[in-house]
Amino acid sequence: MPARILVVDDEVAIRRLLRHTLERAGYAVVEAGTARDALSGAAAEHPVAVLLDLGLPDRDGLTLIPLLRRNGEVPVLIVSARDATEEKVAALDLGADDFVTKPFDTDELLARLRAALRHRDAGNTAQKTLHKADLTIDLDRRIVRRGTEPLHLTRKEHDVLAILARHPGRVVTHDRIIAAAWGGDDDPRIEYLRIVIRNLRQKLEPPGPVGSLIANELGVGYRLLVDP
Amino acid sequence: MTDGNHSRPDPDALLRQAAQEGKGRLKIFLGAAPGVGKTFEMLSEGAARRRDGVDVVIGVVETHGRAETAALTRGQEIVPRRDVPYDGRILSEMDIDAVLARAPRLALVDELAHTNAPGSRHPKRYQDVEELLAAGIDVYATLNIQHVESLNDIVASFTRVRVRETVPDRILELAEIEVVDIPPDELIERLKAGKVYLPHEATRALGHFFSKSNLSALRELALRRAAQAVDAQMLDHVRALGVGGTWAGTDRIVVAINELPGADGLVRAGKRVSDGLHAPWTALFIETPRTAHFNDAQHRRVAEAMTLATQLGAAVATVPAASVVDGIRGFLTTARATQLVVGKSRRSRWFELLHGSVVDRLVRDTPGVTVHVLPLDARPAASEPRQRRGAGWGTPSGYAITLLLVGLVTAVGSALFHILDLGNVALLYLLPVMVAASLFGLRTGLFAGLASSLAYNFFFLPPVGTLSVSNPENVISIFVLLGVAVATSQLTARVRAQADLAAASARTNATLAGFLRQLSAVNDPSEAARLICEDVARLFDVQAVLLAPLVGPGLAVQAASTPDYRLDTMDMAAANWASDTGTPAGKGSGTLAASEWLFNPVRAGGRTLAVLGVARDNGEPIRADQVPLLSSLIDQSVLVLERLRLEMEMRDVDAVRTRDRLRAALLSSVSHDLRTPLTAVIAAADELGHGATPELIGTIRNEAARLNRFVANLLDMARVEAGALKLNVEPTDLADAVAGAAHDARRALEGHAVQLDVPPDLPLVLVDPQLFHHCLLNLLDNAGRYGDPGTAILVAGRHVYGEIRLSVCDHGPGLPPGREGEVFETFHRLEGSDRAAGGTGLGLAIVKAFAEAMGMTVEAGNRPDEPGAAFTLVFPTALIVRAVASDAV
Repeated sequence: MPARILVVDDEVAIRRLLRHTLERAGYAVVEAGTARDALSGAAAEHPVAVLLDLGLPDRDGLTLIPLLRRNGEVPVLIVSARDATEEKVAALDLGADDFVTKPFDTDELLARLRAALRHRDAGNTAQKTLHKADLTIDLDRRIVRRGTEPLHLTRKEHDVLAILARHPGRVVTHDRIIAAAWGGDDDPRIEYLRIVIRNLRQKLEPPGPVGSLIANELGVGYRLLVDP
Repeated sequence: MTDGNHSRPDPDALLRQAAQEGKGRLKIFLGAAPGVGKTFEMLSEGAARRRDGVDVVIGVVETHGRAETAALTRGQEIVPRRDVPYDGRILSEMDIDAVLARAPRLALVDELAHTNAPGSRHPKRYQDVEELLAAGIDVYATLNIQHVESLNDIVASFTRVRVRETVPDRILELAEIEVVDIPPDELIERLKAGKVYLPHEATRALGHFFSKSNLSALRELALRRAAQAVDAQMLDHVRALGVGGTWAGTDRIVVAINELPGADGLVRAGKRVSDGLHAPWTALFIETPRTAHFNDAQHRRVAEAMTLATQLGAAVATVPAASVVDGIRGFLTTARATQLVVGKSRRSRWFELLHGSVVDRLVRDTPGVTVHVLPLDARPAASEPRQRRGAGWGTPSGYAITLLLVGLVTAVGSALFHILDLGNVALLYLLPVMVAASLFGLRTGLFAGLASSLAYNFFFLPPVGTLSVSNPENVISIFVLLGVAVATSQLTARVRAQADLAAASARTNATLAGFLRQLSAVNDPSEAARLICEDVARLFDVQAVLLAPLVGPGLAVQAASTPDYRLDTMDMAAANWASDTGTPAGKGSGTLAASEWLFNPVRAGGRTLAVLGVARDNGEPIRADQVPLLSSLIDQSVLVLERLRLEMEMRDVDAVRTRDRLRAALLSSVSHDLRTPLTAVIAAADELGHGATPELIGTIRNEAARLNRFVANLLDMARVEAGALKLNVEPTDLADAVAGAAHDARRALEGHAVQLDVPPDLPLVLVDPQLFHHCLLNLLDNAGRYGDPGTAILVAGRHVYGEIRLSVCDHGPGLPPGREGEVFETFHRLEGSDRAAGGTGLGLAIVKAFAEAMGMTVEAGNRPDEPGAAFTLVFPTALIVRAVASDAV
């Protein structure tokens, strides 16, 4: 039986589109048009993930996130036309796994969903080893290799890479990265993070467009793009 | 005033006439007493006008049950009255709103002095009439002479009936006056025949009021008042036309105020003359160079006299002139005065022989003017030392130096006596005399002359060693020495006085120039108001406030020299008066003199731009000699405020024009840029029914993306225009930002590769990531649209001369030379709007607006290396994050 996805959106056209897309990708779809339906649907149908629109008729989708998360560790993906960074950060802080801004690219939506589900399948125990093309990231031993050649990273670079690698394919907010890597410092600042990310990219990313390994999520955080 | 001004039209009079032109005209049917037939006359004339085709309505008429009056109202349109319940009764009043709404050409309003029922819009009917006039409606009204405010006292004094309902004289001054007159005997007849309606309260005094002598007096007053009104209007007319020469009319009295004790007596005398002739009067002070040397008591006396004059109902004027006689003569001509009141100090005959008598010259030079002369009690030199240098007793050191000089000359003379003759020695003594007279004034000079002659006599004139003179011709030498002392000191004193005058005038000019210089640099009205207040406060040692008219009625304080100024109801009334009438009001003026403040209107082109209020802490009025400087400052303020007002109007007009242009551009842009992709999407969707092809799907996708981009831009622009841009600045890696934008714009950039050329160690910059992302999206979008297909888009960042320059370069036709800057204008598209490439014309305007909001500048130009356009974002040093300490990372 295919995994069920709960689609919460007040627009029928969007629900129909998402149903089409998700069913094509092999999921089953449960629809909800209101927050109330969403909560009862989540309780009754045990979806593996929720795609949640923030602009619902009966209440703000943001307030729904903690309620949905209460029914076990179901990943919540925000699919919304709201693009203010503060709202994205708020959604992530409230426990959403990721977000996709309308109008969205269906391939991108599916990729985000897969990443969220992978994370759920892996439980909270992060993958030990990640790959991207010929790059290998060994989290436990703090070793990064291109092919067989080890690459030298500074301690901070390792710290930042580690927190991103614990959530592969998913956005990690600036605050969380800074807290993880500079938590003990007196004056952790975002420019440190920018410089470390730049250095990591220079060391790890192949020539070509910037951000092929560490993607920037505007004003929100970073996302590590690794092979599944 | 000089002769040159006489034949020039008086701008104020012209303006008064012009202001009158848009308004309705008022005609008052003035009667000496009830029963003369005013209402009848008014109605008849109203009916006549109606027959002429004029749109006439009756606003309110009291027929008092008289049949012939009532008959006249028939056939005329009567605006229904408004019932006002008051105190258990129903009062019926003119319905001003109904008349205004009816908007006739002419309204007939009976009993101008009527008091409206409480709760009406205006307490007085004449105020209703003023409103009708302001609305452009002509008004005929009736009025009895005892209701004229200025005559109220007089009427009460002989009739023993005091009426409380009065109409201000200014209303009469607006009006054409027709006296409705019947001889007293006939009126008494009518009264006896019961044809006269009398209000209840008047019946008590009936017998007395309608005595023949009273009616005669009232009749005379009415006729005289009418003549006076004609005269005032004539005066305005004459002034507007610039007709020169003396104009016969009723009397006009001028009281020449001086600084001597007893000036207040002059004012009272003027008042008596004015009352006797029942004529307007003006208190005049002539400011001469001598005024600058007045002591405080003299200044105070002038100011007090002027204040007293305003309290007694005079107009006041301060006129600068070279001499008192010139000033008075000039003013008499411009004011067309017929009577002059002057004071004559009891000066010695000697003084008059030397200086001439002011009074004699005035009598001689102003034929046609009756001169009243009052003796004044004044010995200024004895009782009040002048503050003038040179006229004083001199200083002890002056005398000491003089003695020293005389001693020195005596010593030199003795030493050289064997080679000099007596005459030459006398010449030597001229030296100390001239020095003393020129340096220390007359008395020290005379002292030097005396000392020199004594020394000359004692040491040189035979018999030497005594003070006797043997040779009579030597006596002449002594007199010459004394004469030289007198002449020299007089000469020096005069030169010095002229220098003082020049210095004072230079000071005034410098003050004005400084004032103007400071103000000319100001572009903000409130800043200008503040400077005006501060300068006036500093220069005159007063508190100053500047009030500006509001859009509706009333004034608002724009600036004040001190924050703790106090304006009570009386002060505000004075300020409003000054604003409304364009004449000064408050302390020291003719109106509301009980106010602590003097308010001067700041006017240009017949409108009040502001009102400048000044007040002394000690409550005294501004010194008379400072009034011209204050007027000059006000004149300069007029220029500045008027300039600012015009500038603001220009800006408003420009803003409106720009907004209109933008709105038109927006509409065309929205209709074009929304419809084109929608058309494509709808058509493609229809085609899908016949089978999907990759092209159709691509079309739908791309056109929809274009719509999305356009909507985003519209939203962005709306945020910019609403001023709602909230910056959320954080250090940003340019390579990162460009990569993100290139990723999001990838569909619009199909066929174009984005080449990023940024040094690895380029510093971070402080930008709002979201706004900056939109800037880059639009720049990339623009480059993708206008670059030749298949060419790369180059994004190059450079850190040079403390700036970071990030350029987005396409490879294509580039921008038309010389018009590069225009691309940033909203809805601007350089080559027509229907280009195949499409685009909204919003994108680059958003780039500019966002970039500038973040503190960057944008440049547009063509690439130097190859064909194509280059758009450059310039980050100034302030936006560049300094290198991060390496141990932190």
